[in-house]
Amino acid sequence: MNLHQMTVQALSGLLERKELSSSEMTESFLDQIRMKEPELNAFITVARDTALDAAAASDARRARGEAMGPLDGIPFALKDNFSVKGLPMTCASKMLRNYKPPYTATAAEHLLKAGAVLLGKNNMDEFAIGSSTENSAYGPVKNPLDARRVPGGSSGGSAACVAAGEAAFSLGSDTGGSVRQPAACCGIVGLKPTYGMISRYGVTALASSLDQVGILARNVGDTALILNHVASYDPKDSMSWPGAAADYSAAMGGGVAGRRFGIVKEYLGSDMDPDALAWVQQAVARLISAGAKVEEVSMPNMAHCLACYYVLMSAEFHANMGRFDGLRFGLRAEGDDYFSMVTGSRTQGLGPEVKTRILFGTYVLREAQYEKFFLKAMKVRTLICRDYEEAFKKVDCLLTPVQNGLPFLWGSRQGDSVKMAATDKLVIPSNLAGLPALALPFGSSEGLPGAVQLIGRPFSEAMLLGIADYLEQEGPRL
Amino acid sequence: MTAYEIVVGIECHVELKTKTKLFCGCAAEFSDDPNRRVCPVCLALPGALPVVNRQAIEYAVKAALALHCEVQPFSRFDRKNYYYPDLPGAYQITQMFYPIAKGGYVDIETTKGSRRIRLNRIHVEADAGKLLHASGGIGGAGGTLADDNRASTPLIEIVSEPDLRSAEEARVYGEKLRTILEYAGVSDVKMEQGSMRCDANVSVRPKGDPVLGTRAEIKNVNSFKALERAVNYEADRQIDLIEDGGSVVQETRGWDDEKGVSISMRLKENAHDYRYFPEPDLPPILLDPERIKAIGLTLPEMPENRRARWIKELKLPACDSEQIASSRFSAELFDRTVALGADPKTAANWIMGEWTRCVRVKGIGMEAEPVKAEHLAALLGQVSAGKINNKQAKEVFEEMFDTGEAPEQIIQRKGMVQVSDTGALDAIVQQVLAEHPKSVEDYRNGRTQAIGFLVGQVMKASKGQANPGLANQLLAAALEAMK
Repeated sequence: MNLHQMTVQALSGLLERKELSSSEMTESFLDQIRMKEPELNAFITVARDTALDAAAASDARRARGEAMGPLDGIPFALKDNFSVKGLPMTCASKMLRNYKPPYTATAAEHLLKAGAVLLGKNNMDEFAIGSSTENSAYGPVKNPLDARRVPGGSSGGSAACVAAGEAAFSLGSDTGGSVRQPAACCGIVGLKPTYGMISRYGVTALASSLDQVGILARNVGDTALILNHVASYDPKDSMSWPGAAADYSAAMGGGVAGRRFGIVKEYLGSDMDPDALAWVQQAVARLISAGAKVEEVSMPNMAHCLACYYVLMSAEFHANMGRFDGLRFGLRAEGDDYFSMVTGSRTQGLGPEVKTRILFGTYVLREAQYEKFFLKAMKVRTLICRDYEEAFKKVDCLLTPVQNGLPFLWGSRQGDSVKMAATDKLVIPSNLAGLPALALPFGSSEGLPGAVQLIGRPFSEAMLLGIADYLEQEGPRL
Repeated sequence: MTAYEIVVGIECHVELKTKTKLFCGCAAEFSDDPNRRVCPVCLALPGALPVVNRQAIEYAVKAALALHCEVQPFSRFDRKNYYYPDLPGAYQITQMFYPIAKGGYVDIETTKGSRRIRLNRIHVEADAGKLLHASGGIGGAGGTLADDNRASTPLIEIVSEPDLRSAEEARVYGEKLRTILEYAGVSDVKMEQGSMRCDANVSVRPKGDPVLGTRAEIKNVNSFKALERAVNYEADRQIDLIEDGGSVVQETRGWDDEKGVSISMRLKENAHDYRYFPEPDLPPILLDPERIKAIGLTLPEMPENRRARWIKELKLPACDSEQIASSRFSAELFDRTVALGADPKTAANWIMGEWTRCVRVKGIGMEAEPVKAEHLAALLGQVSAGKINNKQAKEVFEEMFDTGEAPEQIIQRKGMVQVSDTGALDAIVQQVLAEHPKSVEDYRNGRTQAIGFLVGQVMKASKGQANPGLANQLLAAALEAMK
């Protein structure tokens, strides 16, 4: 089997049996990057030298019999909104073209401490705003499966790089589906854990109450393995959850007998793509035949999720973006005074979609309309959470599409914010409720992989991974 | 002419003296070296997240309890969004919607009697950095430089109701607030150094009118005297405006203490829309009654209680009690000195006199405890036992203040003894009388005050060691005999 398409577990076996060194493996992935990148554009920074140094260090540890575990020596990538000391972090924005953070994000730190080899930083939508990577200041990412279609976003570079065999796995961030949707577009697994499960410290914030670090991996087993390493309480993130650490790999192979599944009635309407519905129905059939129970649940407030999300996300985003004023770091425009410098820096440094969201966030937070927009959206968010609570009284897991059919075609939605936003309506609600959700390749259409989404109660990752593992083993795949 | 009433409300920012900043582990101490006490969090680098300093919350609760506020079991942080070069994240983390404490009051005493000033709320927030306007150009940089050492240090803002009715009340309120916070031990409360900053909202209205007039907010007030002057100036300015047929506009004004005037900084029309919303990076602060109670138990005896106790139990005069109680450091020194057996009135005189003088002249912070109660009590013991005289005691006190040595050591080192031996003194008295015939003549001619000069000469001749009472006695007897 091609090295670049192997799972982390398989690669780890090669290293363990000393069939291959981490240096050789890393060189091989770097070669793959060199070959694929001119077309794919999944990386903004390739950290060749530091990667080879890290690989050599890993080999030295292994030679001394001090290998640290299954990730030691495994090449991986990070979305370019993760801070890593000494490497550039652009967030795919001109604003941060020359920015090098002086510290490392906690989640990245966990992987580096486990010996994983960082190959580079992935392309994305600018400041994680978008669903296609069309908003990157460094050019769009190509979908390795179909050049006519988008790779999804905003973690499009992460998904594409894993799918194209440029890295064994990648971490992304998911504020409104930004890990799951590109994973579905590129035919890989995408997990957004419960809010608070993985530290956000060091990951550039989009909307702080919605952001969660997510995993993009080749299969469910790898996803569980990586989660073992990155899920842990971090005192530097006040919203992180004490007691997040567990052995998620133990959930593999558990089956689904007796589990209760819910199909969301509101997601079965005529506005749904027949492919998306077919994949869910195929999954339902598998689950029932394996002894699971499936029933329909109603979640009436999901209809409001886009409006709610756009108000809250834009409000938080506009505040999080204030720091990019050109004064302490990032692009600085010349100006006669502070305000002309700030205005110039932001005008030159930020892209149109980012500016639109900042303006929208500024608008909805005006004191005179706080109750009309922000407060109302907070109340709707509570209603959406209640819909989930009600559903989870009856079922253990919700089964939905990830997106409405196959990934959309290039340019078909660019410039149409409403249509673009509608892309994410199936993935956004679990961010609003802070719930764990997993996108799994399932079924196919037009020779491209389909996908389904599993959503569970807070901290039910072990259960979700177990179910996903079953569907992965048994389900129709491309 | 209409009689006007001044209405003042005060917003007071107080820096909490925590070891570290409000949201990160950087030292919350002053540094001359700019941008040294900084980290990704207080610089608001991308991805950095705030973590609340528990000590700051405890100090805020302590201050609230000392000011009789209702500490809230649920409070929360919010973001206040605005662009300014001293604000790294372009938002200040503060408490807009759910402050840590509500209500409360401060009792003040002025020449017009005592009044209770109600408080509206106390909230916790992060301070901004500092801007250095380099007119000459630091290192050739010129323009304005930002120093973020102070960014994210913890503050509480204490907001009063518009209950103050004069500039004097405003000053006394500020002083009383400082005293109470100093007792609570939560801040250095130094106006001059900016660890306590008062903004005054001033309006005027015809006496008896229940409706509040349009207010102006006065900022940049750097002392309590300046506060009094600024409020007076503002009230006069507003009254003049109204008398001239004009009207007051809502605005923010900056006080220039040197010129004694305030200057308009910003009109209400140009006021910021801060776009407040709940801080998503921090969970709410939940305080259960047990914890609040435990924090309350760490408060010392407050000034009003001490004052009342001293007047009642020690028969200390009210004005002495007031003065000594006005600082926790003088109050504690007094209580401990008296507990060690010193006479209360004598101890009070020394604290109000020499101690206060030395603190002021030498510019040493009272909190540094330059004189220990044990030493002061021992010194007063030496005087009352007649071992040294008052003049010597003052010299010893100053030495104690400078070196922290025990009085006995200083007395011994300086070879101080009080000469109370009649024989030894008599010789000096005779010598002084012989050397100053003019004064002797004056005394004989009925100018008995000349004896004061002669006592001084005896003290001088004895190198300050004579017992001045005895010297006076011996001189009087000798002069009478010479008549």
